[in-house]
Amino acid sequence: MSAAWIAVLAVGVGTVALKAVGPVGLAGRSLPPRLTELLGMLGPALLAALVVAEGFASGRSLVLDARLAGVAAGIVSVLVRAPLWAAVLVGAVATALVRLAS
Amino acid sequence: MERSEWGPVRRGVRVVAPLLPAVFALGASFGVLARAARIGALPAVVMSATTFAGSSQVAVASILGAGGGVVAAIVAALLLNARYVPIGMSVAHGFRGGVLRRLGEAQLVVDESWALSGGGTARFDRGVLLGVGGALWAAWVGGSAVGAVAGTAIGDPSALGLDGAFAALFVALVGSQLRGRRTLAAALAGAGIAALLTPFVPPGIPILAATAGVLAGWRRTR
Repeated sequence: MSAAWIAVLAVGVGTVALKAVGPVGLAGRSLPPRLTELLGMLGPALLAALVVAEGFASGRSLVLDARLAGVAAGIVSVLVRAPLWAAVLVGAVATALVRLAS
Repeated sequence: MERSEWGPVRRGVRVVAPLLPAVFALGASFGVLARAARIGALPAVVMSATTFAGSSQVAVASILGAGGGVVAAIVAALLLNARYVPIGMSVAHGFRGGVLRRLGEAQLVVDESWALSGGGTARFDRGVLLGVGGALWAAWVGGSAVGAVAGTAIGDPSALGLDGAFAALFVALVGSQLRGRRTLAAALAGAGIAALLTPFVPPGIPILAATAGVLAGWRRTR
């Protein structure tokens, strides 16, 4: 089985289970507020790390290259509250153009 | 489902309808990015149908594409989806029926369906959640299929700027999950940890280590 299939199946089964914890098993109960808050911060922390990995990492070094245009496009899309798909599109076009010009 | 329950479901579909083109487009983006990361069209679509959580899916594509290893990709994706435990618990009282029915309906809980159906408030409506979630699921899976098939034609992903598109999407996803100073502190710490570790450990590991960034946000609450 390819790495992609292993990841797809493992993440699929795991996410189905995570989503089911409340509705199947724990009706009428809730997590301590502090724990809920902690889980809510996992997304920002991991997604910000993915920005570093996709925008600046090249193997084991950090570089500034055309992908910086993609990062900038993302920041602008947040500031103007653009939909996520627009961030993807503008990020791709900006990066490709900078790469073409350099 | 009983007849009288279809009213709220239809209401949910109506409420989410204006969002569906954007969700379809984002699904298509995931399909293209997954192909750029050399994930096959079929696994990409299966992932959208089962995982049905955009940020974790793009994370898997990004980590696999960067040669980060399958274990790092799986762990990072499940950490990103851990928020569905408290989200699911906040609406659990609204679900009925046997285990299988609850398991199935729980899969339609995503950030948008939770918010639009009044999740976490007294006016939570399970029917609205199912309507919103079902429509979102169809748009997300349909968009993914179109993107994955279109992405099959991609030659060199970097010539199209798709690596920059990943970066832009992750910045935008961070923006969508920021809720005040604590989450901002967690994001900055996560990015800092990843940047510091990148030269010293294999790809994928800096992302998992960034989990410790939540401590920066947590300390701020004291």
